Amino acid sequence: MIRQIVWLFLLALLLAVCVQAQEPPAAAPGMPAAPPSPPTNVVVKDAPDDAGHAVIVSWTLSADDGAGRRNIITYRILRAETPAGPFTERGVVGLGTSLYSDKGTDEESDPNYFQNHKDFYYKVVAVTTASEAESAVAGPIQAYGQWYNVGRTPVLIAVLIFTFLTLFFIRQAKRGAYLYVRPLAGIEAVDEAIGRATEMGKPILYVFGLGTASDIATIASFTILGRVAKKVAEYQTSLIVPCYDPIVMTVAQETVRTAYLDAGRPDSYREDSVYFVTQAQFAYVAAVNGTMLRERPATNLYLGKFYAESLLLAETGALAGSIQIAGTDEPTQIPFFVVACDYTLIGEELYAASAYLGREPLLLGSLKAQDWAKAAIIILAIFGFLAATFGWPEFVSYFRVTN
Amino acid sequence: MKKEIPLLIVLICGLFMAIQFFVPNEASQFLYRYALDWVIVIGVFALALGIWSFTKVSYDKISRRSENWPYAVVALIGLFGMIFSGFGFFGGMESYMYKHLFQFIVVPIQATMFALLAFFITSAAYRAFRARSALATVLLATALIVMLRFNPFLGPLGDPIGAAASWILNVPNMAAKRAIVIGIGLGMVATALKVILGIERGYMGKD
Repeated sequence: MIRQIVWLFLLALLLAVCVQAQEPPAAAPGMPAAPPSPPTNVVVKDAPDDAGHAVIVSWTLSADDGAGRRNIITYRILRAETPAGPFTERGVVGLGTSLYSDKGTDEESDPNYFQNHKDFYYKVVAVTTASEAESAVAGPIQAYGQWYNVGRTPVLIAVLIFTFLTLFFIRQAKRGAYLYVRPLAGIEAVDEAIGRATEMGKPILYVFGLGTASDIATIASFTILGRVAKKVAEYQTSLIVPCYDPIVMTVAQETVRTAYLDAGRPDSYREDSVYFVTQAQFAYVAAVNGTMLRERPATNLYLGKFYAESLLLAETGALAGSIQIAGTDEPTQIPFFVVACDYTLIGEELYAASAYLGREPLLLGSLKAQDWAKAAIIILAIFGFLAATFGWPEFVSYFRVTN
Repeated sequence: MKKEIPLLIVLICGLFMAIQFFVPNEASQFLYRYALDWVIVIGVFALALGIWSFTKVSYDKISRRSENWPYAVVALIGLFGMIFSGFGFFGGMESYMYKHLFQFIVVPIQATMFALLAFFITSAAYRAFRARSALATVLLATALIVMLRFNPFLGPLGDPIGAAASWILNVPNMAAKRAIVIGIGLGMVATALKVILGIERGYMGKD
C-alpha cells in the first residue's frame, strides 16, 4: 500500500514537471519577465490631404498579440528627434491595432505642437502585464502640408461639370433659347398674396428666419425680398421685416430701399419697416408672434433659414388668419411649414424662386443646369444600384470623398 | 465703379473660398481663418447698428404714442437693463443682478416660448392628419404607425408596428429626405455660382 502511494506521488510529480516544462516560465519574484515579441515593419509616412502637423505610423502586430501567456494589452507609440532618443510617448492603442495617427497642433505655444518640415523618429512598444518589447526605430519622417486634397477630387470634378453646365445654359438663355421651367405654386401665389394684402389694407410680414447674411438661403431670400418690396411699393401696401441678424437687417434695408426707388416711389419707403429685433431665438419668436397678433398682416412670407421657431411662427400666423408662404433649406423644418402654411417652397425651390419671379434668362439658365445635374445624379444612382447588385462594388468607391 | 468694386470683391472672395476647399495647406487654412475673423469683426460693428435700429423704432413708437406703445417701453427697459447690469461698475457678467436677471427672467421666458411648441405641434397635427383626401389618409395612417411605435401598451402588436415604423423611416422617408438634400446641395452650388459670377445681386440691394 505504501509502495503504491509512493509510486502515485512520483507519477504526479513527473506529470507536474512535464506540464511545467510546456508552459513559459512564470516570472520569479525579483526576476524580469520574458518580453513578448516586438512589433515589426514599423512604417511612418506623412498624413495625406492635410495642413501638416500629422504623421501616420503603422506596424505589423506582435506575434504575441492575442496569443499565449504574453498576451499584448496595448501598443505605445514613441517619438524622438534623433534615432537615439530620448523618446516620448505620443499615444497608446489597444491590442489588435496596427495604425496610429500622430496628430499635433499648429500652435507653437501648445504642448501638443507638431512642427512641420522637421525630422522625427518613431518606435512602437508592445506592452504586456509584466513586460514590454520595442520595435526598431523608424524614420526620419517630416510632416508637411499638401497643396491639393486628393480625397476631394470627386467633388472637384462634380463642381467643374456643374459649372460648365450652368455657363452653357446661361449662354443658351442669352442667345434666346426657350427654357421651360415647371411652375411653382408657392411662387405664383406671391402676387396674389400681395394683392390680397392691398385689398385688405393690411401689411405684409417678411421673415428671414435665423440665417446670417452668409447663408445661401438668406442670399436667395434677399433677391425675393427685392421683388416683393417692388410689388409692395407699386401697390402702396406696407411691409414689415423684423430681422434676427443685424447684417441681414442692413442688407434688407438697402434691398427694400432700392426696390422702392425702382418702383418710382422712394418717398413711400420707411426705414423703420426693416428693423432689428434680437439675436435670441425665442425672444425673436416672441417679438414676431406679437407683431402678427397686433398688426394682423394679410400675408406672411417665411423665406430663409429656420430652426425650432418655424412652427411657432407658422402656427401663430395661421391663427392670425394670414396667407402664408414659406421656404427653407432646412430639411427638418420643411414638414412643419407644409402643415402650417398655404404654400411651401421645398429646399432648392427657395433658391429657384428669384429666377421664377424675374423670369430673367440668366437666372433661368442656372435652373436648367440644376435640372440636368439632378438627371445625372438619378442615372448614377440607378447605375450604382445595379453595380452593387451585380457584383461591382468598386463603382461606388469612385465617388467616395475621403477627407 | 459703385457696382463693379463690390462685384470684384465678391468674385475674388468667392473664388478664394471655393479654391480653399481643395487646398489643405497651412497658408490656405490661415487665410480661411483670417476671413472668418473678418466676419466676426463685421458682425460686432453690425450689432451696434442693430441696437440703434431697435432703439429708434421703439423710441418712435413711444414718442408717437402708437398703438401698444407701452410694449416698446418694456422692450427698451429690458435692453438697457441687461446691458448696464453687465457693465463693469455693476460687477460685470458675474454680478448678482446680471446673473439673476438672466437665470430667473430670460431663461424661464425662453423655456416657456420653446414649450409652446408642444401645443403648436398638436394643433398642426390635427390639421395635417384630417383624412380629407386619399393622400391625407395615407399621411394619417403613416403618422399613426410612426407614433404608435413608442406606445408601451401594444403587447404582441408592438413588434410588427415597430418594424413597419422603422421601414417607413428608413426607406421611403429617407429616400425623400435624400432627394431633398441633393436638390438643396445643387441649388446651393448654383446660387453660389450666380453670386460669384455677379448674376444674382440681390444682396447688393439690387437684383
